Amino acid sequence: MSLKTWWLAFVGALAVLVLIALSIARMYGPARPAPSEDAPVASAPSTPKETAHITATLFFGSPDGQTLVPVRRDVALAETVVEQGRQILNAQLSEVPQAPNVGVIPTGTKLRAFYVTERGDAFVDLSSDVVSGHPGGSLNELLTVYSIVNSVTANLPAVRRVQILVDGKEADTIAGHVDLRRPLSRDDSLVRAVDEK
Amino acid sequence: MVALVTTTSGQDSAPSTALTLVSRDARRTIPTSVQNGREVVALDDLATLFQLSVKEDALAGGVTVSYRGRTIVASADRPIVSVEGRVVSLPAPMVRSGRRWLVPIEFISNALASIYDQRIELRRASRLVVLGDVRLPRVTASVDSPGPPTRATIEIAPAAAVAVNADAGRMQVRIDADGLDFSASAMSGLIDRIRLGDQPNTIVLDTNGTARATVTTANNVARVLIEVAAAATSESRAPGPTPGPAPAPTPTPAPSAPIPDPRAVIAATRTWQTIVIDPGHGGDDVGVRSAKGVEEKQLTLDIARRLRAMVESRLGLRVILTRDDDRALGLDERAAVANNGKANLLISLHINGSRVPTQSGAEVFHLQLDRESAELVRGATAEGAALPTLGGGIRRLDLIPWDLAQARHLDESSVLASVLQEELQRQVPISGHPIRQAPMRLLAAANMPAALVEVAYLTNPGQEARLATDDFKNTVAQAVFSAIVRFRAWSEESRAQ
Repeated sequence: MSLKTWWLAFVGALAVLVLIALSIARMYGPARPAPSEDAPVASAPSTPKETAHITATLFFGSPDGQTLVPVRRDVALAETVVEQGRQILNAQLSEVPQAPNVGVIPTGTKLRAFYVTERGDAFVDLSSDVVSGHPGGSLNELLTVYSIVNSVTANLPAVRRVQILVDGKEADTIAGHVDLRRPLSRDDSLVRAVDEK
Repeated sequence: MVALVTTTSGQDSAPSTALTLVSRDARRTIPTSVQNGREVVALDDLATLFQLSVKEDALAGGVTVSYRGRTIVASADRPIVSVEGRVVSLPAPMVRSGRRWLVPIEFISNALASIYDQRIELRRASRLVVLGDVRLPRVTASVDSPGPPTRATIEIAPAAAVAVNADAGRMQVRIDADGLDFSASAMSGLIDRIRLGDQPNTIVLDTNGTARATVTTANNVARVLIEVAAAATSESRAPGPTPGPAPAPTPTPAPSAPIPDPRAVIAATRTWQTIVIDPGHGGDDVGVRSAKGVEEKQLTLDIARRLRAMVESRLGLRVILTRDDDRALGLDERAAVANNGKANLLISLHINGSRVPTQSGAEVFHLQLDRESAELVRGATAEGAALPTLGGGIRRLDLIPWDLAQARHLDESSVLASVLQEELQRQVPISGHPIRQAPMRLLAAANMPAALVEVAYLTNPGQEARLATDDFKNTVAQAVFSAIVRFRAWSEESRAQ
């Protein structure tokens, strides 16, 4: 093999390698631009086809109203923990549960903001609809609070605890019973081990 | 069915060596020892008695205790355990002794009871662990007035049928129960002594006179009021106002000291003075509202007033309502009423609501502290503060955050919640999950045993109709009242220990 032939073969092989590397980077790299900070609900991704998803666990009320029921749903894959948290919470807030499960978060409640501290404490800022639309009752309120806390902690291992804010401020309670002044850890005792597909 | 067990109590100043496990068909010993000033029990022994599986994780320095798929995880360096994922505090960490793991005896009531499928009740004062549905009422005897005539009271809680036989110099009290959790103060006057009888459910009084007894039952507590008068042959004594062998009525009352009302004597020796009842919600905060427009805030105030009347008239305790009218009151203000009033107990009354109209039944909540809060409290307790006092001394203070004041009372509140649940269960429909531990905002700041009762579901049409009746509201108040009576007896017994 002459030097020229050898050189051409080398350049050709290099080009193939670069193409392969680019393809891999596209497959596993950032899927799409992050949604805006104020996205109120889980809006449809900008490129509906070929969007990567994760399977997230959301929590709804059981048919007898006594516990939470885990329900798995596809949620758009996001680049960061914070973005992923927003996607999951928007799904949790907006989805109407299929009968016989029941909703435990007042309809119309919106996610105002979501952020995570370095210590692994997440803050979920909800609109005041969560208070004004709440029907009351200690157990009801527990299910509301822990559907949020569990949906974040169950899907985001980086988050240890969740504090719920209302209209950007710390809140005592949602309906006069459950303490929201501190971040809360996940509580699986409220979850019935039934997985609805 | 096997009738069993009578126990002694009261005089346990010597270091204890064992608890007695009492079940319907057996009585077994649970050996205990003292480690670092705490009474402890070996996990091995508990495993044998309760069919538990104990697995050690040497790497993590912890132990997993399992019972029918439910688990408790304990570590050697922290006075907390995880019970089915919930953090529960213990007075001391688990310790190793040779090849055995030792846990504070409170492990039985705080942790094991939560995963077991039968009721487990630790009665520290009487050195008992009661397993399952055993009728083992607490029976306390005390002299109200030495007399003569000598008056004494035997209290039986919960109430049970009582039969009394009196002979010369001897009275036998038979109680319809499997056994008795019995304690008595020293006898005096014409009662030489009170002791357990030959049968596990009998008590015998040795008297020095003619004895008669009256049995009354109120609020699920049976009382045997005993009066022993001097024998007819003895010299005449001050007759007193009650019927007896005295030959002639006396126009004036007893000569020197009037015989006090026995209830007053009992009250004077008791430590409880005040309880606080919190009618949930109020003012703009209506709480749950039914489809017909009935509001939770009205019902909670109504039931609270009924309960107050019962407690004041029957127990002679001061009762403070956090609100006695329809006004908004913050949760901190409610807790402050109880804390500033130095209440011995706080019960918050609520009416429940659900999105599921069929949901029904009473529920009781007590406080759950998360791990971080528990550590915060422990750290504050460990550090404390030393303040100089008049006279040159130093007084140590535990600086617990005021809004976590309940941390000192978690164990007592757990007992309170159980008693409330039991009494409610006797008298009103109960939820399928009647007792829950949760981060309840009001309870966290209460510096006394505290629980929250959700009486019934206003969103259930049937329960809404019942809540409108005096009968149901009185029954609920009666159930909570009975729980207060039982919890007070338990609390005072624990303090006397």
